[in-house]
Amino acid sequence: MSESRPRVGLFVTCLVDMMRPSIGFAAVKLLERAGCDVEVPPTQTCCGQPAYNSGDRADTKAIARNVIDAFEGFDYVVAPSGSCAGMIREHYPHLFEDEPALFARAQHLAKRTYELISFLVDIRGVTAVEARYDGTATYHDSCSGLRELGVKEQPRALLRTVEGLALKELPDAEICCGFGGTFCIKYPDISVKIVDDKVAAIRSTGADTLLAGDLGCLMNMAGRLAREGSPVRVRHVAEVLADMAGEVAPIGAAR
Amino acid sequence: MEATSHAFKDNIKVALKDATLQRALGNMKSGFIGKRLAVINKLPEFERLREAARDIKNHTLEHLDYYLERFETKVIANGGHVHWARTPEEARQIILDLCRTVDAKTVTKGKSMIAEEIALNDFLEEKGLVPIETDLGEYIIQLRHEPPSHIIAPAIHLIKEQIEDTFRTVHTELAADRKLPDARALTDEARSMLRQKFLSADVGITGANFLIAETGSTIIVTNEGNGDLTQTLPKMHIVLASLEKVVPTLEDVSTILRLLARSATGQEFSSYTTVSTGPRRAEDLDGPGQYHVVLLDNGRSAMLGTEFQDMLRCIRCAACMNHCPVYASVGGHAYGWVYPGPMGSVLTPSLIGVEEAGNLPNASTFCGKCESVCPMKIPLPKMMRHWREREWDKKLNPPRYRAGMKLWAFFAKRPALYRFATGLATRVLGTLGRGRGRFSSLPLAGGWTKGRDFPAPEGRSFHSLWAERQQQRKAA
Repeated sequence: MSESRPRVGLFVTCLVDMMRPSIGFAAVKLLERAGCDVEVPPTQTCCGQPAYNSGDRADTKAIARNVIDAFEGFDYVVAPSGSCAGMIREHYPHLFEDEPALFARAQHLAKRTYELISFLVDIRGVTAVEARYDGTATYHDSCSGLRELGVKEQPRALLRTVEGLALKELPDAEICCGFGGTFCIKYPDISVKIVDDKVAAIRSTGADTLLAGDLGCLMNMAGRLAREGSPVRVRHVAEVLADMAGEVAPIGAAR
Repeated sequence: MEATSHAFKDNIKVALKDATLQRALGNMKSGFIGKRLAVINKLPEFERLREAARDIKNHTLEHLDYYLERFETKVIANGGHVHWARTPEEARQIILDLCRTVDAKTVTKGKSMIAEEIALNDFLEEKGLVPIETDLGEYIIQLRHEPPSHIIAPAIHLIKEQIEDTFRTVHTELAADRKLPDARALTDEARSMLRQKFLSADVGITGANFLIAETGSTIIVTNEGNGDLTQTLPKMHIVLASLEKVVPTLEDVSTILRLLARSATGQEFSSYTTVSTGPRRAEDLDGPGQYHVVLLDNGRSAMLGTEFQDMLRCIRCAACMNHCPVYASVGGHAYGWVYPGPMGSVLTPSLIGVEEAGNLPNASTFCGKCESVCPMKIPLPKMMRHWREREWDKKLNPPRYRAGMKLWAFFAKRPALYRFATGLATRVLGTLGRGRGRFSSLPLAGGWTKGRDFPAPEGRSFHSLWAERQQQRKAA
């Protein structure tokens, strides 16, 4: 293994795979520019959070074992999502506390797994990107990335180097958007109330673009903004940092 | 109180439509959160204090029997009495029997969540006594025959105008044309009404924030001074507390007190921190003639040694609910029992059963804010997940949800099948959503599309596009 050109396994995430592959390609571009060789293990499906947060531990463990197998042998595993990276990093080892062999493998995987933007900044030392975006953006801190992985300054630091982009802080940026995975289906009324407060905060900034690092939260906020007829454009932060905003319409927007 | 936690989904619909409640909850947001942050930012050792407090409580819980017995021995040595109650019924009966020994008629009460837990007021009234809440918030909701909606601010679901209405309806002996323009005037009126009650009370009942094993003392923390009048004026002082409130020493309490008010109200210290050690001694100028401590278990000892033991570290500061987006959306009554918010979502199923309260640990986005502000570092989301695991194992989830999750997991465990199925779904949805870029309704996704559009997928899965790209690269 050469430390100058690490082998990175991309954990695509199930939402990016199905809903918005552009985020995956943006991640690949950013990682390659940061000097990494990127591979995408084809046997990955999902990190298992829907089962885990539903209390279905047996299925969670089966899915986690699949991820552990799929990502064996990489120098790093990177996901364009704080939530999925947090699941692998913070929760996988606990699933196998009673199974020493798997526990060791889960821990080994956990230690090498990162959220995309914090990986670029903290591990690869990226300080600037080559990108242009004309607009005023505000940034929402998704909960798992923020509180489990400490993703806060890294995306802001890189966004400040995007030409043409003005960054405006979002009031209550650290308050949940109300997505919560299965929560938004189990308790849609509360979920909509929470995202309503978020939408009001987004509007108060006057920004024309909303960015965040997790597609679930982005779909929730984009869905509510669209329902209210807001013109705010919603994108994953990687699309802007990879200079790919011109290649795909904003989330939930007409194309 | 009769639990309505099973009806959580109905409760939240009512709460979300209640414009007055929503106004009251909006007021709350601006208060607690900012004040807490400001006061914590002035205390560099806050994080170290959290760790120290967690360790104190963990140590105590590991040796709970020892410290409780030590506490009892000390209380007796000070001339007081300790009564052990396994259930709410036992606790109520002990308190009634004590009241009867002094022919009590009027009983004043300091704020106590344990009294709410055992529904003490209703019971005493039924037996012909007159319990009177002396904490302002508790007094207001007692007049309105409502349960508290918050563990430190019981009337936070109300706005000023509702309190004025209540006072005008109940305080009929006062002039009808009196002015009650603001919080100050309302507080003054409650104060003057309560003053007479303090003086006529035969028994005073308070809760306890802490029990100190080393000295046999109990501590209450208040901002109104009502607790002091409740416990010093009557002939008998009864302390009602749950048994996990014990800590080894006064020094330990001092550590935890530095966290409590800061986390709760954003104060450095509460206005009153009152230590009670036994009945009035010969040389004391005042104090109760009798001092009794009623210790309630009600399911707590069964939490020891389980994945829910950490919950017993809770010091009832309410920081978790003050910062919870779900609590802020629906308020405390929707949770349907005594303890709302994240701490309630863990504790309530332990005390009244997950069959009744199963909704509560599910009604969380797992945003983690509660754990991040908890002064005792209680892993609240993790314990809510443990409840979900028990519900899953007992098959308590709604059958449709369960079937949907099982179906999803079936595919997620089989990569080839999963790739095929998701690839197909992506293409179908992508084609249907082409043009507008989103759906305003979708079959089986009514929960989502009722209040939000559903962004359409781009049309191809990442994996299929990636496979193509790899082939092109190989060919080139």
